[in-house]
Amino acid sequence: MSATVIGLDRAGSVATLHIGGDITSSSEGDLMAGYAKATDDGARTVILDFSGMEYMNSGGIGLLVTLLVRAQRGGSRLLATGLSEHYRQILALTRLDEAIEIHDSEAAAMAAAGA
Amino acid sequence: MTPGRDTGNWARPVDKLSAAGVAGAKVDSVSGKRVSGPLQGFGQLWQKTFRVRLDGSTMTPEEVIATWKERFPTFWPKSATFYAPLAGIAPGEVALLDLSPAPGSPIKLSTGVMVIYADEQSFTFMTPQGHTLSAWITFSAERDGDVTVAQAQALERPSDPFDEMAYLLGGNRMNNAFWKETIANMARHMGAAEPVVETQIVCIDKRRQWRQVRNLRHSIMLRTARHTLTAPVRWLRRS
Repeated sequence: MSATVIGLDRAGSVATLHIGGDITSSSEGDLMAGYAKATDDGARTVILDFSGMEYMNSGGIGLLVTLLVRAQRGGSRLLATGLSEHYRQILALTRLDEAIEIHDSEAAAMAAAGA
Repeated sequence: MTPGRDTGNWARPVDKLSAAGVAGAKVDSVSGKRVSGPLQGFGQLWQKTFRVRLDGSTMTPEEVIATWKERFPTFWPKSATFYAPLAGIAPGEVALLDLSPAPGSPIKLSTGVMVIYADEQSFTFMTPQGHTLSAWITFSAERDGDVTVAQAQALERPSDPFDEMAYLLGGNRMNNAFWKETIANMARHMGAAEPVVETQIVCIDKRRQWRQVRNLRHSIMLRTARHTLTAPVRWLRRS
């Protein structure tokens, strides 16, 4: 198992969370802290960049649901980029793709976010 | 991104579920349905964790999960039946279930689950449309010092307004008791003499998703009620 790595970039009201390593239920602290930092700084749109992600199990998918609910409650928009075909299929399987906008590149996600 | 480390652990997406790989169930109300997770449900979103320390057991987390998969139906309370897929609990397989809507009820709700994820230390089920809960539940085991700890963690929303009402009027309590009994049965089988099941229940989202009210058209609860109420008519037509 690799550790979860969360990096954060800001461009106006858009924040990008760069997710690296493994996403499992143990990643909750890191992922939620990264999201809180992004939104506490005023971001209304958060892009999840999965291009550095190495592994995700069902606990990780559960965290994404929790993150989505948190974003919906806070009135934030959640976008995703950097997903391989395999992880796109997992988001389709779990029907998370109905709630997260998926983009082919970070540039496309930034454009969709209006940044 | 490294491809494939978890590829074999996940089911492939399917448009419609098929319970063709299940034997023994009288009713298949799952084939042709889609899966429905916590985002597709109607009611409040709950996270429930049932955790037990397997004190007295020498089994590793991998041995616990292998045994749990193999003997899953035997740990369920007597009020419910789990018809396991012939291929076992593996990614993409569908199982059928008969559940009691109330303690002692002669009526059964027939539904099912899809195995969406399975590895050596965990496996996850997702419910189909029509199930009273739009949910997934993950069963896992891990080492805590010298002891193996097993848990079931559900993320669930009642699927439609009737399911939400039933949940608030006792379904929630019944569901909690069901999983506590299941986990205790499993723990005893694994060698824990006096298992103590710790429960943590958190409401993650208090809002109801009114845009999902149309889930009613899939409701097994309404279909079962209709079927039960029209039973005399069917009986008269046959006689």
